[in-house]
Amino acid sequence: MNVQPDLLQHLELERMPEALAGHDVPWVRLARESAFGRFAARGFPTRRDEEWKYTDVTALGRRASLAPDHIPPDPSSEAALHAWTLTNEGMHLMVFVNGHYDADLSTIDGLPDGVRLTSLAQALDEAQDLPRPFFDVRNEHTIFASLNTAFATDGAMLQLAPGTVLDAPVYLLFIASGHGVAVYPRNIVVAGEGARATMVEHYLGMVDAHNFTNAITQISLGAGAVIEHCKLLQEGSAASHIAGIHADLMAGSSFVSHSFALGARMGRNDITARLLERDCRCTLNGLYLLDGRQHMDHHTRIDHLAPDGVSREQYRGVMDGESHGVFNGKLVVHPGADGTDAHQSSRNLLLSRQAEVDTKPQLEIFADNVKCTHGATVGQLDENHLFYLRSRGIDAESARSLLIYGFANDIVARVSAPNLRGRIEQLVLERLPHGESIKELL
Amino acid sequence: MLTVKNLHVAIDGKEILRGIDLNVRAGEVHAIMGPNGSGKSTLAQVLAGREGYRVTAGTARYLGRNLLAMTPEQRAREGVFLAFQYPVEIPGVSNALFLKTSLNAVRKQHGLPELDAMDFLALVRDRMKRVGMDEVLLSRAVNEGFSGGEKKRNEILQLTVLEPKLAILDETDSGLDIDALKQVADGVNAMRNARRAIVLVTHYQRLLNYIVPDHVHVLSQGRIAKSGGAGLAFELEQHGYGWVEAGNEASRVA
Amino acid sequence: MSTTARQLDELIGREYRDGFYTTLETDTVPRGLSEEIIRMISARKSEPEFMLEWRLKAYRHWLTMTEPQWANVHHPVIDYQDIFYYSAPKSEKYGPRSLAEVDPELLRTYERLGIPLKEQEMLAGVAVDAVFDSVSVATTFKEKLGELGIIFCPFSEAVQKHPDLVRQYLGTVVPYTDNFFASLNSAVFSDGSFCYIPPGVRCPIELSTYFRINARNTGQFERTLIIADKDAYVSYLEGCTAPMRDENQLHAAVVELVALEGARIKYATVQNWYPGDKDGRGGIYNFVTKRGDCRGDNAHISWTQVETGSAITWKYPSVILRGDNAVGEFYSVALTNHYQQADTGTKMIHIGRNTRSTVLSKGISAGHGQNSYRGLIKVLSNAENARNYTQCDSLLLGNQCGAHTFPYIEVKNPGARVEHEASTSRIGEDQLFYCTQRGIAPEDAVSMIVSGFCKAVFQELPMEFAVEARKLLGVSLEGGTG
Repeated sequence: MNVQPDLLQHLELERMPEALAGHDVPWVRLARESAFGRFAARGFPTRRDEEWKYTDVTALGRRASLAPDHIPPDPSSEAALHAWTLTNEGMHLMVFVNGHYDADLSTIDGLPDGVRLTSLAQALDEAQDLPRPFFDVRNEHTIFASLNTAFATDGAMLQLAPGTVLDAPVYLLFIASGHGVAVYPRNIVVAGEGARATMVEHYLGMVDAHNFTNAITQISLGAGAVIEHCKLLQEGSAASHIAGIHADLMAGSSFVSHSFALGARMGRNDITARLLERDCRCTLNGLYLLDGRQHMDHHTRIDHLAPDGVSREQYRGVMDGESHGVFNGKLVVHPGADGTDAHQSSRNLLLSRQAEVDTKPQLEIFADNVKCTHGATVGQLDENHLFYLRSRGIDAESARSLLIYGFANDIVARVSAPNLRGRIEQLVLERLPHGESIKELL
Repeated sequence: MLTVKNLHVAIDGKEILRGIDLNVRAGEVHAIMGPNGSGKSTLAQVLAGREGYRVTAGTARYLGRNLLAMTPEQRAREGVFLAFQYPVEIPGVSNALFLKTSLNAVRKQHGLPELDAMDFLALVRDRMKRVGMDEVLLSRAVNEGFSGGEKKRNEILQLTVLEPKLAILDETDSGLDIDALKQVADGVNAMRNARRAIVLVTHYQRLLNYIVPDHVHVLSQGRIAKSGGAGLAFELEQHGYGWVEAGNEASRVA
Repeated sequence: MSTTARQLDELIGREYRDGFYTTLETDTVPRGLSEEIIRMISARKSEPEFMLEWRLKAYRHWLTMTEPQWANVHHPVIDYQDIFYYSAPKSEKYGPRSLAEVDPELLRTYERLGIPLKEQEMLAGVAVDAVFDSVSVATTFKEKLGELGIIFCPFSEAVQKHPDLVRQYLGTVVPYTDNFFASLNSAVFSDGSFCYIPPGVRCPIELSTYFRINARNTGQFERTLIIADKDAYVSYLEGCTAPMRDENQLHAAVVELVALEGARIKYATVQNWYPGDKDGRGGIYNFVTKRGDCRGDNAHISWTQVETGSAITWKYPSVILRGDNAVGEFYSVALTNHYQQADTGTKMIHIGRNTRSTVLSKGISAGHGQNSYRGLIKVLSNAENARNYTQCDSLLLGNQCGAHTFPYIEVKNPGARVEHEASTSRIGEDQLFYCTQRGIAPEDAVSMIVSGFCKAVFQELPMEFAVEARKLLGVSLEGGTG
């Protein structure tokens, strides 16, 4: 990585603490300063860095400002309307506008005992029951995590006491309505033993501006806990979005991640799971639907560190226009993780001559009693399937759309909560060629 | 030939066999019957030397030697043959190569010269005809893609080629239709002679209609609950295993 | 002192111990690398001016490069100024004078492989020219091939006798700028093989370095160039099928294949360089650049390799599918035992329309061996209807070894179809018990199951090579299981 001195000039940390949550708490301040130091020392990665081979982020260094904005939340009426549509869905809704929690647009009612759901900024200011290790250098998976720790403005903090079950999903809506803003959401989930919950992170861009989001979500699963996480990326057409979702799993816990990437000029998700104790289960699902000049990069990593873990990974992409899809999935089975059963799959459809996909599914295996497989495909729709549909009277164009829908919907169908699944299905349909006509067919 | 005394066997700390006594002489055919979970297959596997079982007490002697101290391949070379209940698939290794390697390992033990490819093929083709196996299966990988019946026939083919002294057939009848069962039984019957002993492990009596045993033992909860002649199998067929188990319970209570 | 330096010291020490009884000075250039040295090498070989120029350009480029660090292998630093780049190092005069002087462990291995005594002597580097008549064998073949217009000779001879062909094709597949080791090789290569098959000619025998015994000791920087002209066919076997005890620490060879329209080249390697001992001491670093260019339509290049040797292998035989309907294939078995490391795979670059490629890789890790598959499938935007199928299987024997898969798939054409499948498994206890219950010794059972695992690749080897490869696997696995 290169140190980019001109980049550092406009990063004036000294002026920041006043605006950032937790500036009165010594350890928070210290954590921010040391994280910023790490970022400043390394700068943005370049394409010479293997993990960034296909994604160029050097343009970020040319932004006028990387510092988070502290403009007061001023939701456009459109944003407010969007938030409002979610209020009656039977979900706990937290709305963040340009990186800051908006209590007026949010609806959190009837949380069961043992569940604490607050804004992170509030939690940092109050400095009570804060899980400090989340800000530790050992939990920084990328250089963007360092940057996030330095600048994290707000986010959700969900704490579940042992045994608590939160049936209604927690829906985090991050609305970007400003122009040229940089936002640094930080979400933390701590699930006690046997606790269960579903969380959605929805990033919605309301403008075609060069906004930058750098989000980190950290999830800690106690023994036997079950967390389903769903990310919806729907940023504006000029926005850059770089995010990390990192889960640590204790014995017998289960983590399910869904990532739906529909919008952003340039997007990158690093999704990692560490199976720290035995009998864990990890499921990573992903779908990226790209067109125009979109660039979307998913990097996933599953570390099997204990015996008898099971992991299932299924990523699919549909690339149209001049878009560029990247998938890099790493599966590491460490010494001693015997009995690991892991499967990983990456499938891609290219719809246009200008589109490109780069996929790299990797296995690194250091234990012999394991069952690991992976597969990757790139191609177009199966001619036999097309013919079959046409022979049943469906015209070629509809048949194509239907098959693409089927390809994509196979991932959507893995979301458990029905109301959530329905919403995502609608969003996906809107992005598919001839989605409207498919709606009629369904 | 085989003398088993007070054999106790445990797996993962759980006792499966709880004192088996069995005496098999050359020329005899023994049937070991019993309900699921009675320990039949465990007995077969332990006699063949499968790892993972712990002998906690008792002895097994074969031709005067301590059978339990021998490795699986030593047992096989000395003439102990196990027809597997679930024959294993070995991708990429042809049936012919596998069987030739096996046969030559056994022949070497007995000071016989190795068979060359021609002699081996002549022998195997003859045996395949006898057990009604398609020659095509010779060039296919061991048991890979074989039907259930083909796998069982393949076990009998190996039996007829290797000509062991003590053949243990573990549920060889399961999954076979009546024609295949007859053919397999014919193959086994052809192997009966005064120098060879055969132990049939089976759940059902129907195999014993075709291979008539000299002795029948009924296993229940890791012990031989009842022994008798061929007639015992018919009694079992009529009364079911509950009949023996009830007796077993009663004797234990008493 | 680095391992390399130590090895070289031993080499030097031996030369002194054995004494300078011939004009050794005339066969060696001083240690180290400089333009001066390269001029000396070129002069020693009486090369035409273009060769010297080419070497110098390569050297100057090499100076600007740094050693690659990305492969999944680890080794001590190599001091490039501490190597003799031209020393005819394996002159028979300095080899053992009889089998009695050869390491008994090596001889035992030869015996297990069933290699005749005469060949054992040759392989161990014993001076055998008096007894071994392969020189005449080679000459006979040469005459026969010559009638068909086939050129098959040492590279240095080709430079003298066929300079135009060399000039036309050298460096057109692997340019001297290609990578660190290829640049180094271009600057200093001492010899290698050259082969040209004229249009429409089907080479009647499998060409092999085996028949070119006199030119076998070509040192650590070997260069091979094979050209199959329009509709020509050749099958080429590289390397010896028996273990070579070689003092050289670093092997940086380059192989270039050119297949013109309708031509087909099959290139097979059984590589069994010294892998180091069971504790990971010694052994060859094998950093090789192999690339084929399907330059015309309907050209077809296949690579088949069985890699059981070397301490470190770094090798990616590749095919550039330039012509329409071109076909590229890569079949590989790589076995690592003890402390061996292998980072191997292929690159298939689809440029032409309807190009097809198949990759079949079987990795076996035992002991502390680390085995990586690294492959690139690249489909450029004009490669309409390109097809690739990759299958990549790993077998792990033991709990200390590792298997790694790094496939890169880059596709820029919507009509392409690329499939990659990989699996990792170990030998099942069920399989082992089934074999031992039939009287087969456990080590033979392992060897048999491993051979079965590799069968699809062995089928691509010429018969006698396949037999050797199977035996090699058995020998290489010794001490690695259990």
